Amino acid sequence: MKMWTAATALLSHWRRRPLQLGALLSGLALATALWCGVQAINAEARASYTRAAVVLDQNGLANLVSPNGSSIPQSAFVRLRRAGWNVSPVLEGDYRFGVIRLRVIGIEPLTMPAETNTVDLGNAGDLLSFITPPGMLFVSPRTAEKMRGQTDLALRVSDRMLDGAAFIDIGLAQKLLRREGELSRIVIAENQRSGLEPLEKLVPTLSVREPNAETDVEHLTESFHLNLTAFGFLAFAVGLFIVYATIGLAFEQRRPTFRTLRCLGVSLSALAVLLLAELVLFALAAGAVGVAIGYLVASLLLPGVAATLEGLYGASVPGTLSLRPEWWVSGFAIAVAGTLVSSAQSLLRLRRVPLLAAAQPQTWGRSWQAGRRFQVLAAAALLALSGALLLWAEGLEAGFGVLGCLLLGASLLLPTVLSGFFTVMQRASSRALVTWFWADARQQLPGLSLALMALLLALAANVGVGTMVSSFRLTFVGWLDQRLAAELYVAARNEGEADRLRTWLATKVESVLPILSVDAEIRGQPMQIFGVADDPTYRMHWPLIVGMPDVWDQVASSQGVLVNEQFWRRDRLRIGDQLDLPGDWKPAVVGVYSDYGNPKGQVIAGINALTSRYPQVSRLRYGLRIQPDQVADLRSRLTDEFGLPADNVVDQAALKEQSRRIFDRTFLVTGALNIFTLGVAALAMFSSLLTLSEMRLPQLAPVWATGVTRRDLALLEVLRALVLWLATFIAALPLGLALAWVLLAVVNVEAFGWRLPMYFFPYEWLRLGLVALGAAVVSVFIPLRRLARVTPSELLKVFANER
Amino acid sequence: MSVRSIAIAFAVTTMASLSGSQAASEGFGGLGSTVEGFSVPQPGLLFRFPADHGPHPDFRIEWWYLTANLEAPDGTQYGAQWTLFRSALAPGETNAWSSPQLWMGHAAVTTSEDHFVAERISRGGVGQAGVVAAPFSAWIDDWQMEGHAAPGADQLADLSLTATAEEFGYELRLSATGPLVPQGINGYSVKSAKGQASYYYSQPFYAVVGSLSLPSGNVEVTGKAWLDREWSSQPLAEDQTGWDWFSLHLDTGEKLMGFRLRDEGEGYTSATWITADGRPDPLPATALKIVPVRTAKVAGRQIPVSWNVQIPSRGFDVTTQPLNDHAWMSTSIPYWEGPIAFEGSVSGRGYLEMTGY
Amino acid sequence: MIALRNLRKSYETAEGRLEVLRGVNLDLGAGDRVALMGESGSGKSTLLHLVAGLDRTDSGEITIGGRDISKLNDRERAAYRRTKVGLVFQQFNLVPSLDVAANIAFHAKLAGRHDREWENELVERLGIGTLLTRYPEQLSIGQQQRVAIGRTLAARPGLVLADEPTGNLDEANGDAVLELMLSLSKGSGSTLLLVTHSQRLADRLDRQVHLRFGKIE
Repeated sequence: MKMWTAATALLSHWRRRPLQLGALLSGLALATALWCGVQAINAEARASYTRAAVVLDQNGLANLVSPNGSSIPQSAFVRLRRAGWNVSPVLEGDYRFGVIRLRVIGIEPLTMPAETNTVDLGNAGDLLSFITPPGMLFVSPRTAEKMRGQTDLALRVSDRMLDGAAFIDIGLAQKLLRREGELSRIVIAENQRSGLEPLEKLVPTLSVREPNAETDVEHLTESFHLNLTAFGFLAFAVGLFIVYATIGLAFEQRRPTFRTLRCLGVSLSALAVLLLAELVLFALAAGAVGVAIGYLVASLLLPGVAATLEGLYGASVPGTLSLRPEWWVSGFAIAVAGTLVSSAQSLLRLRRVPLLAAAQPQTWGRSWQAGRRFQVLAAAALLALSGALLLWAEGLEAGFGVLGCLLLGASLLLPTVLSGFFTVMQRASSRALVTWFWADARQQLPGLSLALMALLLALAANVGVGTMVSSFRLTFVGWLDQRLAAELYVAARNEGEADRLRTWLATKVESVLPILSVDAEIRGQPMQIFGVADDPTYRMHWPLIVGMPDVWDQVASSQGVLVNEQFWRRDRLRIGDQLDLPGDWKPAVVGVYSDYGNPKGQVIAGINALTSRYPQVSRLRYGLRIQPDQVADLRSRLTDEFGLPADNVVDQAALKEQSRRIFDRTFLVTGALNIFTLGVAALAMFSSLLTLSEMRLPQLAPVWATGVTRRDLALLEVLRALVLWLATFIAALPLGLALAWVLLAVVNVEAFGWRLPMYFFPYEWLRLGLVALGAAVVSVFIPLRRLARVTPSELLKVFANER
Repeated sequence: MSVRSIAIAFAVTTMASLSGSQAASEGFGGLGSTVEGFSVPQPGLLFRFPADHGPHPDFRIEWWYLTANLEAPDGTQYGAQWTLFRSALAPGETNAWSSPQLWMGHAAVTTSEDHFVAERISRGGVGQAGVVAAPFSAWIDDWQMEGHAAPGADQLADLSLTATAEEFGYELRLSATGPLVPQGINGYSVKSAKGQASYYYSQPFYAVVGSLSLPSGNVEVTGKAWLDREWSSQPLAEDQTGWDWFSLHLDTGEKLMGFRLRDEGEGYTSATWITADGRPDPLPATALKIVPVRTAKVAGRQIPVSWNVQIPSRGFDVTTQPLNDHAWMSTSIPYWEGPIAFEGSVSGRGYLEMTGY
Repeated sequence: MIALRNLRKSYETAEGRLEVLRGVNLDLGAGDRVALMGESGSGKSTLLHLVAGLDRTDSGEITIGGRDISKLNDRERAAYRRTKVGLVFQQFNLVPSLDVAANIAFHAKLAGRHDREWENELVERLGIGTLLTRYPEQLSIGQQQRVAIGRTLAARPGLVLADEPTGNLDEANGDAVLELMLSLSKGSGSTLLLVTHSQRLADRLDRQVHLRFGKIE
């Protein structure tokens, strides 16, 4: 009963300050929402990787693989079977059916363990059609839709299949991929009889990949998800600033209540329990709202993310979200944990509430100077650590470490920098009101510094990521222009058609550039080797980063090859290094080209060098050089006269447009998260100003009494808030650019394998500045409107004797 | 991948006969009797060894079928079976997965109490299963029948035989004490009045030593074994539903192979009397008479497990008793196959196979 | 110089309408130093606020230097406070964000009468020369009130209005502060209206008026 009374007394505070409660709850809910949304997206993607791994890679079972990633001879499989091992062979690779590129997974249905749930060959007829030529493809409904008209092979649709992949018979796979007698891996069934000869004796060159090991897709996309998580965390941290500030204020304002309750016999521990219960209750309520918003945010963003993952990594993720406990539980958990962390300081202070001290709220700035010295030291340490990481650490985590330390250090430094700035401005002014304006701005820093730090983080993230994305886009578009030099791209459906096509085209275009590629294992990594004709198109357009002066002659004469930037950086290759390619082929690296959007390594060789080693290489795709004004005509003749399906003829413009669309979708999520983060920061500013406006009267009343109208005071207040915004925005620019530099030069290189030049986009900053200004005006408006409407008697109460 | 569908596939192509032609009557019936590019057995061809020990990929089906009546030193009786079936989806062979050949192995050990069964299925072309004529080797996964005869000698004269499954296994050494025996007319074995036939020869004269590995432990055994080699493309007539097949080691040293293909009428019987020195005497079509003596409920069906077998022209009249009533081969295509003993005008041991029940 | 005619002022309170001033009439000459006395709640502070142009009258006239300030709008009243009036309250007189020196100069600068010599003299006489770089929250209440007096007198207002300026001080301190205020205001020739409930303080001024039930007795 006593507890209940005490609780009522404590809670009454919020009834009198609904806006404060609103700020606390919405700050917490928004922070949770962003965190949760990002987690939901990650969870969905990971779940689909796992599904893909289990279904496509038989990842639930152990697999025998070649440690260096090269092919396994089929004889190893036979040797194992004949030694009594229950194993099944798999050969996988990418294969192009007309314009559709599929990951084909060749399996052997008779030996494939039933628990892998690969293909459901429910009746004998299916099994026979599957294993006997010409064969059958098991694909998802969506893939089947896309495949229409691209292949003569029979399609079987299975809902269990993932998009972009097909199960086929191992024999067909070896034939399509031109890898007769080769396997990618060998699945080991769970059931094995006893007394078997150990694997390391039977196949000493192979190693066992344990069930549920990390897959390639997981590895490739790791950086992307780390990116998202980092953003989610940033948003959450910004949100916590609000929570911290609001809880701190609410505790300060309730000191008299605490004291009264203590005097009435409520023990310190009982009070602590009550406050803790209150906080947890708030955290759960806000967490629930946050999870709901997070779900909404995630389901809005997921299609974009799915498109990105497919475009960048070829990973198939469904565009719809399911409610997975791993993220909504984590949403609640982080809401509660965040609340407790940000209220820890206030709860600890509770112990120091003296029973008899004046019931007046302490002035905030008192201990601020001392705290600031510590902040500056911490900031210096963080910035130094950031620099040290930049210089000496490696890897994506280190890259994010650099970012984290830089952002946190800079934001800790912000109040000191602003304070110094205001001092200088104050000294430089002679007019009384102007002096007061700056002095008062400086005096408000303790109360606003958290909100300003949050704002700095949000703005810097916006500038940084915006600069990174725009630099990337500019580079990417320029690169596309170079790379997609041919006016028209065509794909034949089979070799016979390709032969006819070459003959047919001979008299109609300026040049026909074959696009030949084979899959190969190079230095233990799956890569593609492209063959290019010796054509001026490449000499003039192909985007090289570095290269020997006679690079194209070297390629044409089969002495040298080009490698893409990813491969070059990852393997630290140098010009002149010898590459060890399959088939005892040891050309020199003579140049490096940029290859954005491709997660894998790539090699470009002369067409003769390639075809002499891979005589069976598929010759289905061609780039055509013609006069731009003839494109439309040739295009229609290709479909009408020659009879290619319309989908198999793509013009340069469409291809560029498609690439650009994929690119833009890729960074949609980032942009959205940026906006959300800015929104949270605006909310932080709003709640801080709201808080301050309640404490402003004693500071404004003397000035008013000395002869400044209330209207002028309110205007000055607005102006001051905007100056704080502006100062923070200006501080955010260099920080954002530093952020962009780290993203472009460190994180991107680690995550994607390419380094991009940095460009500046002042118009974007202006736009961001205007958006921020808009948010500032909104966040300032409500608190200051109250101030402008204050009555003289309210102001006079400040001086009143009874106070 | 469901085992069931493999079974059906195999049944359709190979063993319509064994499966009781249930599948055959459901739209695949044509496969049982038509030929579709496969070779068809012709009378009058002589076997050529060792080549004919190897596979005949132009024929639809083929088997290497070994049954052994074994005895432990304490007199306990056992039976062992090792069979490799070949079934072709199309004639011919390639050295890749595109091979149209499918292989299926069955192994079993029968005791008076238990009947252990295992099965292996494999595709041809890549070496997971296959048969080589000389030096003789037949295998599927780790099950193997390997010849040890010197070059020039009969490649089947000296064999080692292994099969291992989760519950049981065996290693046997087989030494022929007599010659190969062609069945039917010089190896042309007629299966119906309509003329369906197969190529068929046997090696019924194996002396066996070896060991069985059973859940209860290892058992050293000795005994007799019988190998059947048979290939064809059109084993059964459309109205034939199954068969009862006997291979008998008479205590006199003589051997008897006899079968009856069941149809809606009397059925079609065939038998070969083999003298102790291995001379075959193909008996006329109606010489063999078999009559069920006792049936038992096995795997939900009534199976005649004890038979009266008569060849009146030879004064042969015995009654067979199984070592174990429940010698049920619960493989993809289920059938009954187990060791038997017989008494009557002469006593001895042998094997009984019954399909289509 | 100052003429109050039939001043009325009431407030809405939770218990209903409270008539604080019910027709006050008062005349002050230039240089007059008058103590305004009365019971708690008699309307002393309200009267002071009206004269200072901080609040509006319900009816009546406040003529100062020939101008009725009750007719002025917000902006004009602010200008009036800035240039004609100096205020000292019991507490919270100072601008918290400015140091002592800036506080002293603040009103004078706003009034356009910034005079460094005069300020220096005030600082010296108030004995606050060592406090110039401190901030209000770092001062004792006595020190704050000295600074407040300095801030008011630095602007050389024609009219100094003080509302219990020593109310939060002990007697000795209060006397010293008041002494300073009286002697300094005498030097500047300002009219002084001092609200107090202390007869001892009132006795030191030229004249005393008593407010009772909203009227001057």
